[in-house]
Amino acid sequence: MIALLLRDLKLAFRAGGGFGLGLAFFLIVTVMVPFSVGPQSELLSRIAPGVLWLGALLACLLSLDRLLALDWEDGSLDLLATAPLPLESTVTIKALAHWITTGLPLVLAAPVLGVLLNLPVQGFLWLVISLLLGTPALSVIGTFGAALTVGLKRGGLLMSLLVMPLYVPTLIFGSEVARRGAEGMAVQTPLLLLAGISAASIALLPFASAAVLRVNLR
Amino acid sequence: MSIWEYANPKKFLATSEKVMPALWVSSAVLITVGLVWGFFFTPDDYRQGSTVKIIFLHVPSALMAINAWFMMLVASLVWVIRRHHVSALAARAAAPIGVVMTVIALITGAIWGQPMWGTWWAWDPRLTSFLVLFLFYLGYIALWEAIDNPDTAADLTSILCLVGSVFAVLSRYAVNFWNQGLHQGASLSLDEKENVHDAFSSPLYVCMAGFVLLFLVLVLYRTGTEIRARRIKALMARERLEA
Repeated sequence: MIALLLRDLKLAFRAGGGFGLGLAFFLIVTVMVPFSVGPQSELLSRIAPGVLWLGALLACLLSLDRLLALDWEDGSLDLLATAPLPLESTVTIKALAHWITTGLPLVLAAPVLGVLLNLPVQGFLWLVISLLLGTPALSVIGTFGAALTVGLKRGGLLMSLLVMPLYVPTLIFGSEVARRGAEGMAVQTPLLLLAGISAASIALLPFASAAVLRVNLR
Repeated sequence: MSIWEYANPKKFLATSEKVMPALWVSSAVLITVGLVWGFFFTPDDYRQGSTVKIIFLHVPSALMAINAWFMMLVASLVWVIRRHHVSALAARAAAPIGVVMTVIALITGAIWGQPMWGTWWAWDPRLTSFLVLFLFYLGYIALWEAIDNPDTAADLTSILCLVGSVFAVLSRYAVNFWNQGLHQGASLSLDEKENVHDAFSSPLYVCMAGFVLLFLVLVLYRTGTEIRARRIKALMARERLEA
């Protein structure tokens, strides 16, 4: 398992710039927002939590098609499927690698981008915490979407259509935590719900992803 | 005599052809009676005027929008567990009907909402969760269309339907939570059941029954079409092999 994780991480870091792309996309989206809604700092600080969450979500989504497609194309996915490691673990490791290379950098970059969007001071902590709790769910759900569409030639657009509705609860609770944090309100309820969604997704979705992958590898 | 006999496509077609005319007629009669009764023989609401009567389209279509997904969920489960092709095809056949019902519910709701709420659209929990349901339907249909191999498509879409159902329910509650976070209380949301007077409820039930039957007959019809399409494909493949 650890070998697989290290392999995926190495591939992400060394080959083809997949590592930085999600981060760069996050930055670009955040920079574009003031251009589209105007530079008034009150407005920006009000929408900052939601925009940052949406940007992180889109950055996650865009990096998903590399998650399994590359292994599918060169056949290493078949090897992994026949390896003694259960496919459920393989999928979980893939999601973990995706989270480390995409989710974690997003979490770390979010406060910096929060400065750009004039996020209120008390919001930074909760923004980071909500992203830290929410992005694993995004990675795991995304892995399911990637597994569904891995055999398709142009799966990217279809995958967005499939994954986005599944992201709705995570997005709602995640940005609610960030918004309430920024406005100085109590965050406990949405925070617990967000953590619950993450935990449940991590626990259950790998089974669905593995089942789907088995169908696709048939 | 068990329900699984209808997993045989031939048996399914024969029986569905026998019951379909009766279903067509009774659903048409029920919907016509319900709508005419509802539109012309019920009093105007004292606050909403005659706009209240759109309820006779809105509520039955919303009912079927949700239940179509539920039927797809059951059919998907049957496919995953017992691998009866007819049930996979029935799930596929139900999806576009569900989309149309969702759209009817959203549009009639907007038409009613314009004079009553003063807006075509509000991010009310009910409206929003219906929009999310619509997106789920779109993804499901798109996945069916994207995959060539019918068995692979049936497997993938049924798992998507199972996972999607869980997330659709989650979204429903998340959306509830989200909007209460924005507005205090649900000033726009209207628990229709509690407001409806007897004068409205009887034709409404007739309409709902009509829509249920309409959905049923449409699903049977479309499933039959899918079965025949599958047969034609098989025949053509066989011919190509022989030639």
